[in-house]
Amino acid sequence: MQSSFSLSCSQATTVPRSNYTFDSLPFAPSKPINLRFCGLRREALGFSSLSRSHFRRGLQLHTPTRSKRISASLVDNGSPPKSFDYDLIIIGAGVGGHGAALHAVEKGLKTAIIEGDVVGGTCVNRGCVPSKALLAVSGRMRELQSEHHMKALGLQVSAAGYDRQGVADHANNLASKIRNNLTNSLKALGVDILTGVGTILGPQKVKYGKAGFPDNIVTAKDIIIATGSVPFVPKGVEVDGKTVITSDHALKLEFVPDWIVIVGSGYIGLEFSDVYTALGSEVTFVEALDQLMPGFDPEIGKLAQRVLINPRKIDYHTGVFASKITPAKDGKPVTIELIDAKTKEQKDTLEVDAALIATGRAPFTNGLGLENINVVTQRGFVPVDERMRVIDADGNLVPHLYCIGDANGKMMLAHAASAQGISVVEQITGRDHVLNHLSIPAACFTHPEISMVGLTEPQAREKGETEAFEVSVAKTSFKANTKALAENEGEGLAKLIYRPDTGEILGVHIFGLHAADLIHEASNAIALGTRIQDIKFAVHAHPTLSEVLDELFKSAKLKTAPSMYKLVTEVFNLWGRLKLMFQAR
Amino acid sequence: MASSSPFLSKIPISNKTISFTSSLSPLPSTFPFKSVRHHRRNALRVQSKIREIFMPALSSTMTEGKIVSWIKSEGDVLSKGESVVVVESDKADMDVETFYDGILAAIVVPEGETAPVGAPIGLLAETEDEIAEAKAKANSKTGSTGSEAVASTPPPATSAPAPAISQPAAAPAIPAVEGPRKIVATPYAKKLAKQHKVDINKVVGKGPFGRITPADVEAAAGITPSKPVAPKPTPVAAAAAAPSPPAKPAATPSAPPLPGSTVVPFTTMQAAVSKNMVDSLSVPTFRVGYPVTTDALDVLYEKVKPKGVTMTALLAKAAAMALVQHPVVNASCKDGKSFTYNSNVNIAVAVAINGGLITPVLQNADKLDLYLLSQKWKELVEKARAKQLQPHEYNSGTFTLSNLGMFGVDRFDAILPPGQGAIMAVGASKPTVVADADGFFCVKSKMLVNVTADHRTVYGADLAAFLQTFAKIVENPESLTL
Repeated sequence: MQSSFSLSCSQATTVPRSNYTFDSLPFAPSKPINLRFCGLRREALGFSSLSRSHFRRGLQLHTPTRSKRISASLVDNGSPPKSFDYDLIIIGAGVGGHGAALHAVEKGLKTAIIEGDVVGGTCVNRGCVPSKALLAVSGRMRELQSEHHMKALGLQVSAAGYDRQGVADHANNLASKIRNNLTNSLKALGVDILTGVGTILGPQKVKYGKAGFPDNIVTAKDIIIATGSVPFVPKGVEVDGKTVITSDHALKLEFVPDWIVIVGSGYIGLEFSDVYTALGSEVTFVEALDQLMPGFDPEIGKLAQRVLINPRKIDYHTGVFASKITPAKDGKPVTIELIDAKTKEQKDTLEVDAALIATGRAPFTNGLGLENINVVTQRGFVPVDERMRVIDADGNLVPHLYCIGDANGKMMLAHAASAQGISVVEQITGRDHVLNHLSIPAACFTHPEISMVGLTEPQAREKGETEAFEVSVAKTSFKANTKALAENEGEGLAKLIYRPDTGEILGVHIFGLHAADLIHEASNAIALGTRIQDIKFAVHAHPTLSEVLDELFKSAKLKTAPSMYKLVTEVFNLWGRLKLMFQAR
Repeated sequence: MASSSPFLSKIPISNKTISFTSSLSPLPSTFPFKSVRHHRRNALRVQSKIREIFMPALSSTMTEGKIVSWIKSEGDVLSKGESVVVVESDKADMDVETFYDGILAAIVVPEGETAPVGAPIGLLAETEDEIAEAKAKANSKTGSTGSEAVASTPPPATSAPAPAISQPAAAPAIPAVEGPRKIVATPYAKKLAKQHKVDINKVVGKGPFGRITPADVEAAAGITPSKPVAPKPTPVAAAAAAPSPPAKPAATPSAPPLPGSTVVPFTTMQAAVSKNMVDSLSVPTFRVGYPVTTDALDVLYEKVKPKGVTMTALLAKAAAMALVQHPVVNASCKDGKSFTYNSNVNIAVAVAINGGLITPVLQNADKLDLYLLSQKWKELVEKARAKQLQPHEYNSGTFTLSNLGMFGVDRFDAILPPGQGAIMAVGASKPTVVADADGFFCVKSKMLVNVTADHRTVYGADLAAFLQTFAKIVENPESLTL
């Protein structure tokens, strides 16, 4: 009975694709009859190895350790070795910590969150959130300034202008609003917010406190490190916060330079180039790699460059490092010395009004007390396994200690951190869970936006080569989409990378209007293991931008008949339901 | 050219990188029209290895393509397989690759313009020596846009101090003294320089720290900023960029609008009318009026009306017949030095349409019979109301007729449209008491016709004679129906 119970829980969450879900049944899942039902299902599934491999692709993974872990946790709950202050302590109240805390409360854990700075972390205070406020302004400015675009819509607008302080205030107000929302949601749920810098003293023991106050020591059954990251500043760069700045300063928008150099052309650099050029600045990119926008699918990058870089007041130097950046002082401009990325030869010196360092982010793990538990960071990142369990210097897992978000460096995105946090809470509440990072979407909020999930085309082709499967690519243009054309924003491309033999979605990349909102159909499909042959029958409202993806899925050329194993599962589902009906009678 | 399309259209659309082919393929060509092509170009091939880059056919339905952007610029060295140009077809934008190594010698079709499938859009030279030749070829090929721009670019101001009056005298001297001066130009300044083919090395930077700003490049290229620069973001910056040519402020003498008034910008048609009217001020015109008895015409009109003949057609026909006898009135003065006699008599008739005025043209009005003319006129009016007139249907007139008689206007004065010799303003026909040659009074319908003409070509006597002929035709309208 024990084992069948555990199955009922895990499978209930893994079979949402079935047409015969619990929702359609008049019984609550906790009723014994339901357990029987699940038990039957398990037997049914046991026949087909195909269906098992199918589930493995999803978010949840069933491993042989499952039942053991459950019994272990049951034992812990039954006779705790000692009493803890909390079930779970999270160090860092960023988006990752917040997501974990919310889920922990839902699971009935007594939770505390330690924060040395402001609640919300980088994302809310110095990252995604305020930058979206600036980008909202830049998007509108861009539209209003585009005479051609306005004219095509039949609109007449006199010269658009802006008030810098007003824009800066908007960003700041948004950040504080979101921060308050976050704080209130934690308090309302009964999560204790402990103020101070958290340090791990030993297993299951954390100290926190503000400078000048006595430290408090708290214990918890499990600890999650979620300390996040700070802007990475390469050596040789002198940040003064006025003319040589990081994203932290730039988001305050204290001044709009005539000419700014952006070091790094990743997400952060691109988004800021969008903001600055819309506000009238000229931008020069300095990129260490040979092409702009590394990390994006090359084709998307190319198109993005044609739309986001070439027609704007932007130029760039690629394959160069900014070896030395000196802020403006004594009437001299900001100087940036460029050296060749490979030969290290001096190449050029730029003299500009400001420089924004957007070379990525460095984990914020100093002072965490990791040495107390024999953990050594790698370039500052806390080493973890696929379940976010911290690995110590000897390669062993540290019990009851997890690390999520930017601090582990697996995927430096706010929503990835949150997903990792939820995954950890699932594990410590007795349910094994491995997050599929390939199903986590990412977006760059330029105008138009760029979004992606899964593998890029070169990555997929490489994988296909090593694992000997064929990789195909399908593309659709926004030019054929009614809604995009109505908005006069036909520029854009959606690209699907898939396996023609199985219909598995390997990656989706979108560049175009509202791409960031469109990607979730694809990321959900990857997360749930939905195949193209199934999702292509899903209906999209007309006319919407979502039809870009509809067309994309439909344009994929598959070599399979509708999946055989799906048919098999359907038959067993039906059988299970019939059985249930008989029992109910 | 024709060969490139069947070949290219086979490439699946999903593969958006497409290669263009060159007519001068030194490889054994597999294209269907190979022999024709080789035959034609053989002579050229001996002279040089200049290849033409064609507008590729990117889809089966594509007839023309727009150059979105040139990825490479003139003088860039290309290697086989590299993307050179981005072409927008009816379906999507695609990168076009080169099949050959070489140097992009000339861009024949610049960015933003369209070219039919198969038309040369650029020239590829094999060696540097051939660039000049290719350029010459490009010039002879088009004589347009790109090449002209090169020629018309004024030599950048070597006499730097001249325009820079407010500039400290020392500034322009520096470059000469220091030799290889470091050029600091902002990204947009560089882009503008490339666009306007200004040598950035010869531009004197007047921006902060002596950098070259977009305004400096625009000044060097001799253009004023296309639009008033948007409000400068920072006052500091504005002060620094002061030497930029003052964007024409709205300091024109126009009075401020009265409270409650609304400003409605011209539509395209209204703007065109406005421009034409202002242009007409440069033509020395004079006017001659003439009363025409229309009783006979009215009788004829009643007779032919059931057959669909309109008064406009009658008048146009009459004017056309008179013009045949007075070709000088049908002539125009294009350059101020000569007469341009028109072989056809094309009567433009002014029509008021919603929100504007258009002049559909009855071509060869002298040759068509009244019924055909009426039918033609009906079609033109319908097209005009639907705004579907083709350019040749409204701008090919040699003489214009304007009739306000139906409103009861007895006489008015028309403005001569530029490019024509004369315009006739027709008033209403009204019963008038007249005394005939014998001194008897009688009541006759009289219509006042007022012709405005260009006195450079049409003199008073010419116009008077024309009007006399016209009056005679109208008074004896039988000839109109012939």
